[in-house]
Amino acid sequence: MSPKTLYDKIWDAHLAHEAEDGTCLLYIDRHLVHEVTSPQAFEGLRMTNRAVRAPDKTIAVPDHNVPTTPDRVSGGMNEESRIQVEALDKNAKDFGIHYYPVSDVRQGIVHIVGPEQGWTLPGMTVVCGDSHTATHGAFGALAHGIGTSEVEHVLATQTLIQKKSKNMKVEITGKLRPGVTAKDITLSVIGKTGTAGGTSYVIEYCGQAIRDLSMEGRMTVCNMAIEGGARAGLIAPDEKTYKYVQGRPHAPKAAQWQAALNWWKTLYSDDDAHWDKVVTIRGEDIAPVVTWGTSPEDVLPITGTVPAPEDFEGGKVEAAKRSLDYMGLTPGTPLSEVKIDTVFIGSCTNGRIEDLRAAAAILKGKKIKDGLRAMVVPGSGLVRLQAEEEGLADIFKEAGFEWRLAGCSMCLAMNPDQLSPGERCAATSNRNFEGRQGRGGRTHLMSPAMAAAAAVTGHLTDVRDLM
Amino acid sequence: MEKFTTLSGIAAPLPLINVDTDMIIPKQFLKTIKRSGLGVNLFDEMRYDDDGNEIKDFVLNKPAYRNAEILVAGDNFGCGSSREHAPWALLDFGIRCVIGPSYADIFYNNCFKNGILPIVLPQEQVDVLMKDAEKGANARIEVDLAAQTVTSSDGEVFSFDVDGFKKHCLLNGLDDIGLTMEKAASIDAFEQQASAARPWV
Ligand code: SF4
Repeated sequence: MSPKTLYDKIWDAHLAHEAEDGTCLLYIDRHLVHEVTSPQAFEGLRMTNRAVRAPDKTIAVPDHNVPTTPDRVSGGMNEESRIQVEALDKNAKDFGIHYYPVSDVRQGIVHIVGPEQGWTLPGMTVVCGDSHTATHGAFGALAHGIGTSEVEHVLATQTLIQKKSKNMKVEITGKLRPGVTAKDITLSVIGKTGTAGGTSYVIEYCGQAIRDLSMEGRMTVCNMAIEGGARAGLIAPDEKTYKYVQGRPHAPKAAQWQAALNWWKTLYSDDDAHWDKVVTIRGEDIAPVVTWGTSPEDVLPITGTVPAPEDFEGGKVEAAKRSLDYMGLTPGTPLSEVKIDTVFIGSCTNGRIEDLRAAAAILKGKKIKDGLRAMVVPGSGLVRLQAEEEGLADIFKEAGFEWRLAGCSMCLAMNPDQLSPGERCAATSNRNFEGRQGRGGRTHLMSPAMAAAAAVTGHLTDVRDLM
Repeated sequence: MEKFTTLSGIAAPLPLINVDTDMIIPKQFLKTIKRSGLGVNLFDEMRYDDDGNEIKDFVLNKPAYRNAEILVAGDNFGCGSSREHAPWALLDFGIRCVIGPSYADIFYNNCFKNGILPIVLPQEQVDVLMKDAEKGANARIEVDLAAQTVTSSDGEVFSFDVDGFKKHCLLNGLDDIGLTMEKAASIDAFEQQASAARPWV
């Protein structure tokens, strides 16, 4: 047998049909659904009298639109959001799919709930009408975002029409330095390859620094594969993966666990597998980073200075000009002197327990800078509970953070959590696009520890100075 | 889905790289449960000021481009969120074809599902068409999907590649769910074999 990559193996195990022209039907093991990209798909099913083919493999949870203030169940939701959430309530019921409503403690961001409940398992194909589905690749699952027409296609047929992507290997060798986290890895990779560097590829992340990451850290890395343009990001499963999965509500049990494990252990890229593209970064070379512009590729070490448009080439010169203007930054300013107004800790990139622990470790016994607005939005109700049990919630509250309910919140600002024009935010989310966190809002992406450090000082800060 | 065969239309130039789907249709318009009506909010934050007035020099607000059916775009167009609201908004405005050097993967696929043809051409050729588009309403660009050609207003012809299956669906306005359902026997067979091999799934 010819050597294969992990992606090749998962692909081959899910190929339901291949036409002569190479168009394939890929079978989908898990379909995750949320309120914003699904209403039109369910409407399509109704109009054509089609059922959901595999309701048992379909899981829905509202997250994008739901307010995260404590009054949300008692009416703190605006009319339009309420309509979408109610539509999902009804669609889940009518079509008989698994559902975690707003009132359920397990509710949260779909990419946090899936792994937490054991829906995401190694070797699976996982899709969702959301680009950050790439997160689930941390388990060695082939996971990617799809559009609403494809959501309807998967609901109706449990398959996707696909052409195979190319294989790209991103290797992070050696060890990370203190203060450097999974977020710094994933941002640094995008800084190096650009937002289109992964287009038409599926990335497998490997190397010592990746192996050393916890499952939470691996999810952070894979989450942003899409910001690098890749269809999906993957990490081969290992003992850490099995340990994380075992005992979760929907993970296999008893004899099935053993059978699953036997298969999972075959899920790795063969030594002599073919890679269409390879990127290698030394773990030791990665610094704590922040973004300065309006594209996730605008990444620099916190020790750097705001660049000038002339530092770039081609279309990027104009783009950098526009970014700097939007961000209100002057070339040559040290990044660590950029003052912020707001701190947002949360999202499917960094809303897991380990992220909250990392931020709380910096904040313990400290207060946020006077006049700052700061909020923590746990990624799920269960993360929230655990953080309360571990005393993290108290650390955040005592420091001056708002302690919210689970949801996407200020990551995309569909709910009332928004930046106002010109407001500058240190955010642990994944997109710094113009207007992403609110019209005119300015976003700097960074790790939870770096966001916590910025909260304490009131400006972008090298977390190593507070360690 | 409406068929796409040929198109002769006004092309609007948008020479920006990395135009993301948040720019194409900001999130406040994702609260709809319908596919239609998003055209007025296409490029909302670039198109209107804080009071909702049109920004005069944004391309789609210029009289010459109000009826544009083609968009000439920069590298990596449609990156970011998977929202299909982006092609819905383009379509609702009247855009049936985008021409650019590259697209983000999900956006590219979403276009085909909605009868929009995203054409990939090398940067130099996009540059020619961008200049052409800047001439305004008198410069019509022609697109022929069957022949896989784009013709500039000066008669210069560029050929483009497109996946055979996607082309077939677009030319005939085919709903691919229906096409896939014709393969139900294969899916059934796969499902049986897979659930024997991996019963825990
Ligand atoms: S947290 Fe942000 S990126 Fe993640 S699913 Fe929600 S909106 Fe998307």
